[in-house]
Amino acid sequence: MAELDTSGGGHKKKGPGVKKGKKLSTRVDLTPMVDLGFLLITFFIFTTTMSQPTAMKLILPDDKVKPEEQNKAKESGALTILMGDDNHIYYYEGQLKIDASNFLSASYNGENSIREIIMKKKLQVRSIAQDPNDPEKDLVIVIKPSSKCNYKNVIDILDEMSINVVKKYALVDIFDIEEQLVQKSDANTKSSSN
Amino acid sequence: MGRAKLPRKSTTIDMTAMCDVAFLLLSFFILTTKFKPSEAIAVTTPSSVSSKVAPNKDFVLVTIDKDGKVFLTIDDKQKRETIANSLNATRNLGIDVAAFKSASFVGASFSGLKSFLAISEENRKGDQLPGIPCKDSTDNELIVWMQVVNEAYAGTKLDLLLKGDNVAKYPAFKNVLTAFKRNGIQKFQMVTNPENAPVGSELYQKAMSGVKQEN
Repeated sequence: MAELDTSGGGHKKKGPGVKKGKKLSTRVDLTPMVDLGFLLITFFIFTTTMSQPTAMKLILPDDKVKPEEQNKAKESGALTILMGDDNHIYYYEGQLKIDASNFLSASYNGENSIREIIMKKKLQVRSIAQDPNDPEKDLVIVIKPSSKCNYKNVIDILDEMSINVVKKYALVDIFDIEEQLVQKSDANTKSSSN
Repeated sequence: MGRAKLPRKSTTIDMTAMCDVAFLLLSFFILTTKFKPSEAIAVTTPSSVSSKVAPNKDFVLVTIDKDGKVFLTIDDKQKRETIANSLNATRNLGIDVAAFKSASFVGASFSGLKSFLAISEENRKGDQLPGIPCKDSTDNELIVWMQVVNEAYAGTKLDLLLKGDNVAKYPAFKNVLTAFKRNGIQKFQMVTNPENAPVGSELYQKAMSGVKQEN
């Protein structure tokens, strides 16, 4: 099996009046067929999309709620994350100081990642919690994307909330002063890296 | 010291079995493949740890492409007809209802809607279309679109999806959110690619201990 009959044809002695058909083998060489089969398999494997897109839920706050009815975040439990241009990320705890000394820089992954910072904050909130039943009650993360950051950054941070199981977080408009601070820091990191 | 001489074996192998396996696999892959219709709007979505599968029928999808252009897709043809009729009635646009019903997505301003519908379906490509104007709160036609969608879906569940490109800037996303909020839509889902929870994170430990992810 699996061999090609290359004999036949060419010189064949035909006696006068004697016609004897040569018995041909019924076996066919399957190698090209197997080749073709595997080629098509590879094609279909590569074109198949195995994973279906998933969806993450986001519930927006109601803008119409009066300011006095809004829940205020405790300063000790607040962490504000700001996203800048070119995948830069910044954060501060509590309120932003006037001299911006608590305005610090972080990264999306790797060293000094925002995940570590959120985890550290969580531990800190837990250690000073008054309510033992709900130790993370005071933890609120405020997400402020600047006008320069992209959609992926926003999704990454929202995803970080579910990765770190943060129950209270809010997507809030950035203040002008913070926007300026972010832009200045973006420009600084750019010039220092060049 | 006689060792039995092994008989010389042929080097040719029987290919039939291999051929069988190959074609079995081939038929499996052919049957399980679902060809994606080539998407008119090219969007690369970010990934998230969410494990919930996005709804794939009867959805209303708002797409933000990489330049921040906004497109609206309404999956239900019946609803499309309702929307076209109500737009014609309220805004006097005079659009072709049948053409609107067969259009897979909307990507033009109200004034340019007629010429948008005049383009044939296969020539409507996201990068050549203007998109729905959604620049700021004063020039935001998506607010009107969401309003008619809301009316068309009154009483039924609205599966609102948002699909954004990785590099779309935040203001585009924010303007879409504004349009949602103006119409009292506070719940929606964002289409992402699945991803596993990072090893060692709290969610990972939760998943390991058998707590099911809630979303």
